[in-house]
Amino acid sequence: MIGSRRGEPRELDLTALLCLAPSVLYVVVLFVYPFLHGIYLSLRPVKQPGLSLANYVAFFSDEWQYGTIWITFTLAVPTTVIVVSTALFLAYGMRRGIRMERTITTILVLPVSLGVILLSIGIQGFYGSRGWFNQMLIGAGLLSEPLQLTNNHTGVMLSLFMQQFPFCFLMLLGYISGIDPTLEKSARTLGANSWIVFRRVMLPLMAPGIAIAVALVFVMSFAVFPSAILLGQPAGSTRTIAIAAYHQAFEHYDMSYASAIAVIMGLCQLAGLVLIVLVRQRMVMAPTMGVGKR
Amino acid sequence: MSQTLNSLRFRITKRFGAKTVLDDFALEVRGRQFVTLLGPSGCGKSTALNIVAGLIPASEGELWIDGARMDQLPAEQRGFGMVFQNYALFPHMTVFGNIAFGLEIQRRPAAEIEQRVRAMLALVQLPELGDRYPSQLSGGQQQRVAIARALVLEPRLLLLDEPLSNLDAKLRIEMRAEIKRIHASLGLTCIYVTHDQTEALSLSDWIVVMRDGIVMQAGPPSEIYNHPKNVFVADFMGFRNFFSGRIGADGALEGAGGAWRIRGRAHDALAPGAPATAAIRPEDVQVGTEAGVNRFRGKVEIVEYLGRENEGVLRLEDQSSLWVHTPARLAPGETVAVTFPPDKVIFLPGAPETQS
Repeated sequence: MIGSRRGEPRELDLTALLCLAPSVLYVVVLFVYPFLHGIYLSLRPVKQPGLSLANYVAFFSDEWQYGTIWITFTLAVPTTVIVVSTALFLAYGMRRGIRMERTITTILVLPVSLGVILLSIGIQGFYGSRGWFNQMLIGAGLLSEPLQLTNNHTGVMLSLFMQQFPFCFLMLLGYISGIDPTLEKSARTLGANSWIVFRRVMLPLMAPGIAIAVALVFVMSFAVFPSAILLGQPAGSTRTIAIAAYHQAFEHYDMSYASAIAVIMGLCQLAGLVLIVLVRQRMVMAPTMGVGKR
Repeated sequence: MSQTLNSLRFRITKRFGAKTVLDDFALEVRGRQFVTLLGPSGCGKSTALNIVAGLIPASEGELWIDGARMDQLPAEQRGFGMVFQNYALFPHMTVFGNIAFGLEIQRRPAAEIEQRVRAMLALVQLPELGDRYPSQLSGGQQQRVAIARALVLEPRLLLLDEPLSNLDAKLRIEMRAEIKRIHASLGLTCIYVTHDQTEALSLSDWIVVMRDGIVMQAGPPSEIYNHPKNVFVADFMGFRNFFSGRIGADGALEGAGGAWRIRGRAHDALAPGAPATAAIRPEDVQVGTEAGVNRFRGKVEIVEYLGRENEGVLRLEDQSSLWVHTPARLAPGETVAVTFPPDKVIFLPGAPETQS
């Protein structure tokens, strides 16, 4: 019964192909061409003629350069874990609606409207060593000297959290509230307590949504750039791979090397995505979200 | 095979904000009884069932089973089975997995789970479908699985929340018989919620007709069907024609200004002068007879062919409408004589309200 439609041979429909053309053109012009051009550029180093892997060799033989991969992972992975688990915790708790839901959602989502730069300046002002947060704690006598929350790893992660959390939360909330609430009711009448309901009914059904959230947050965090400069130590502990590429492109004017770094960054993101997909497939098989008749 | 239950009784009040959904709704159910809560949507019947199941907290009230108070227990510790209108099967588990779910929570040995799930699949007549996913089943099959999933735990009480409402007409009748068969063969105690009077009449030992959170009448199906106590229950049970007036000195109902007189029977004696309503079913109206009491004349306005008979809407002399079911041929525009056999007319206290 299921999937029988897939096997049927389809005739080529010229009208359908023509309708497809604008979107294909759009993808080719805005994505495929720049992507391929970037790869080509990365294989043509400035210093020597012809195609070669010299840029990649240079990157992986210089610790100052290849170290940025590790630095970026140490920012992106914890951010992803913290953002998705916090958003999941809150969204799961709010799945049946709570009082003042609209107000709470608005407050949670507000940071998105500010933009990265404004947000970073705000964080600097609030959490910086002379910011309100530290002043308050020192004034209350809880601290003798300010906590170092910005211009380091923590600062960048704080900023990433505030940027990524709202949309991750909204996405998960939408996904979770779309799951039929009677499933949970029926599980309870069958003897499942809250933990079993979560573990055996809700988690498998939420898994596709969680996987998408993890993938998106990871990819966006891996590309961290403005907040790593504004709230981190761009020449040290938060010199991410995006900063390395930026240096090559706009300080050394070596577009070829910069492209190579960008390609490496893309490959790292791809590796992360593949890992997420593999874990998700191993974890649960959730064939359909649909309930009731097909 | 199920654990037996001797008696269950509850008394529930439920308020959502300022709105009282259930007003001191009380019910007593004996073991092996099939009790139906019947009423239009919004009458509180589903809310009552969910409160009994423990899925919604009551504002006030208590629930007792055989002398043990249950209302403080969470749903998962009550040991009641529940079947939902939309089946609520777990889409990520096979049919086998769905039915085994409750047994796995109880950490039963694998061999026992296997054997009990197979027995249930046989009981609901789906022995071959254990490996399918719910999305691969028809609505009727899904509802059978949902029933099996609830019954495999041998619940002492089975709650059914409009289980047949999502099925088409033919399947509904089939599944109705199926539920009746399972109820009889397992000796289950059931509370069933529906808005369909045919379902209620055919399945139940006891029917509770509800409206706005209040019990309008409770009794065995034949009593509810033949002796409705008020206009609301009568309307629900297919009495479609209502005449309101006052009881005359001779016990007949008189229309305003003596326009008409109707003889009938009253369940509870009505005092002369009391406002009352006469009710008769469309199929009890005699068309084309001139003899006897309760004679009326009406002009045929609409005729609908129903197969065995015709449904007609007549406009009577006082401009009220009369629904009739008759095998006789009716032609729109003609004037026909009708009579109401007095034993088919029931007198109810009060006046009918405008039905929405």
